[in-house]
Amino acid sequence: MLDLSKYECIGAALRDALDQFADEICLIEADRERENHRLTYREFKARALPLAKALQESGFSGGDRAAIIMTNQSKWLISAYAIFHAGGVLVPLDYKLTANEQWQLLKHSGASVLITEYPIWRQLCGSAQRGGAANVRTILVTEAPAATQADLAGACPWEQALRAGEPAFVARKRQDVACIVYSSGTGGQPKGCLMTHENYLEQCVALTSLYPFWPGIRYLSILPTNHAIDFMVGFFGPFICGATVVHLRTLRPEYVREAFLKYKIGYVSLVPLVLKNLQKGLQARLEELSPGKRKVFNALVALNKALTKDRPRLWLSRRLLKQVHAAFGGELRAIVVGGAFSEPQTLQFFYDLGIPVANGYGLTEAGTAITVNDLKPFRADTVGKPLPGMEVRIVKPSADGIGEVAVRSKTVMLGYLDAPELTAEAIVDGWLMTGDLGRFDSSGHLQLFGRKKNMIVTEEGKNIYPEDIEAVFEGLPAKEFCVFAANYVWPRRSMTGEQLVLVLRLDSGQFLTEELRREIVARNNRLLNYKRVHGIVLAEEDFPRTASLKIKRNALAERLASREREAAILPL
Amino acid sequence: MRTLEQTTKEVLELASRHFKVPADSLAPEDDFFKKLGIDSLQALDLLSRLENHFRIELPDYEVQGVSDFRTLAERIQSRL
Repeated sequence: MLDLSKYECIGAALRDALDQFADEICLIEADRERENHRLTYREFKARALPLAKALQESGFSGGDRAAIIMTNQSKWLISAYAIFHAGGVLVPLDYKLTANEQWQLLKHSGASVLITEYPIWRQLCGSAQRGGAANVRTILVTEAPAATQADLAGACPWEQALRAGEPAFVARKRQDVACIVYSSGTGGQPKGCLMTHENYLEQCVALTSLYPFWPGIRYLSILPTNHAIDFMVGFFGPFICGATVVHLRTLRPEYVREAFLKYKIGYVSLVPLVLKNLQKGLQARLEELSPGKRKVFNALVALNKALTKDRPRLWLSRRLLKQVHAAFGGELRAIVVGGAFSEPQTLQFFYDLGIPVANGYGLTEAGTAITVNDLKPFRADTVGKPLPGMEVRIVKPSADGIGEVAVRSKTVMLGYLDAPELTAEAIVDGWLMTGDLGRFDSSGHLQLFGRKKNMIVTEEGKNIYPEDIEAVFEGLPAKEFCVFAANYVWPRRSMTGEQLVLVLRLDSGQFLTEELRREIVARNNRLLNYKRVHGIVLAEEDFPRTASLKIKRNALAERLASREREAAILPL
Repeated sequence: MRTLEQTTKEVLELASRHFKVPADSLAPEDDFFKKLGIDSLQALDLLSRLENHFRIELPDYEVQGVSDFRTLAERIQSRL
């Protein structure tokens, strides 16, 4: 088991790894059939230190915050290490947010530095919100075309910023904040999770105890690295163990397939949507087999299933189902699936082919993962057992044992940035209240049954809080409105098929006309596709409100719940 | 050399053909996720088809955040 107890901060742990594994390959960056970079840990360090020096020369010091908005590429990780080397706090932001949203979070985070890519910078420059984030003083832009380098609207090309000389290593303490990770919040109150160095060090030890890395094993980094899962298993974890991270500059399925073969991938993380697509692709290919071949194949799958009932036997599965494994490069050890709930039949499909899926359950607030399937034996119907060091309990269980999942561990965040009320709601007496409903089965596996909180998680792994998208409906010609997760109003024991609904209270004498409906659709279309509402609920009374006129959401949800769900939700 | 108008027209035609949506129901300012009812993976498929059609390389990061046909056509135009 990995021992990181001697380290106070992740910068120090990474610094040692860069020296310990100096001649191993740490990063491969490919763009279609071309390979942009193949770096050893020594070369990685040589690229990161000039950036750390540049940051320090610009006045950046211990505890200062630096944001990264980049797609997965080598400079993401190089920048992150440089920030940690300089004792900084990393703010990894989602490159898929809109420019306005990115500026809002940049402002909220208090970042003084932004490191981004040229196409993203081009979009950021077009946003009217830029003026609001005056805290961002230093902006470095990678891949800026030569013609644009002279005028980058106040930003500096990455290459020109680099400085020679040894930067000072700035140590941090275990309880200091290492990263501010936004789990949601651009329209409502931003939720910037304050993750400490201890959170990451402890999570790394726990996760690698089940899914180890070592020099030579390759991890394919597809999930955005700003996401807690990829940050841990696509950067910190593999780097600490001397493994190799593979980045692809294009995520077209044909190039992803090729990467498995070319780079002999050992681990990959996927969101459920991609896993399901992979399943569909494989099933389609199996259906093309002649009846005879399919019979043989099915028999081999049945044999594999029987032989791996109690635990995976990779060497055996690779021999029995050679062609399937060859299509994945022949060295795939597990697919880590996360970000959202996966359907058991999809997980079982892969396991039966001898490809274990590391299915788990986690929240950014709890530091990546809370439970993970330990594969002893594989269970598709649960999200696994708590990781080492995790205390998990079910709060106020009902007669059938189902209640809110609460977690206490060294991986739980300090709280939300500048939001003491939200923090007090989330962490009660040292326990993180997840808002998810679950129960333990007799073998200690956690099963999830739905959500207690007003939010949804899409199959693409996006957390959507209804309050965050209400701004787009501001000024709608109606008396009042709000957005709910349909399952919050009408609880369902399901973690899939979640939808948002717009609750409208019309003025007296007003009707839901075609014009109003068109207006709603037009506004809805301004939202990113995964944030859109799927139906309208017409409220029969005015919304209940507090003395300060805030909507009493719980009371409103209770009132709506007395109506039949199917009849209440009108299609858009 | 195509004009932006021609490029936009060809983008709309290809999208309508591939995703079997009536051509006259698509407009340049439409959000293609919504109009075609596609997810992020299918959008990548659309990009690959557009690359083949226009014989260009259109990196994923170049079209990050783009969701309407017009902007997509502009990004293609800049690479023709």
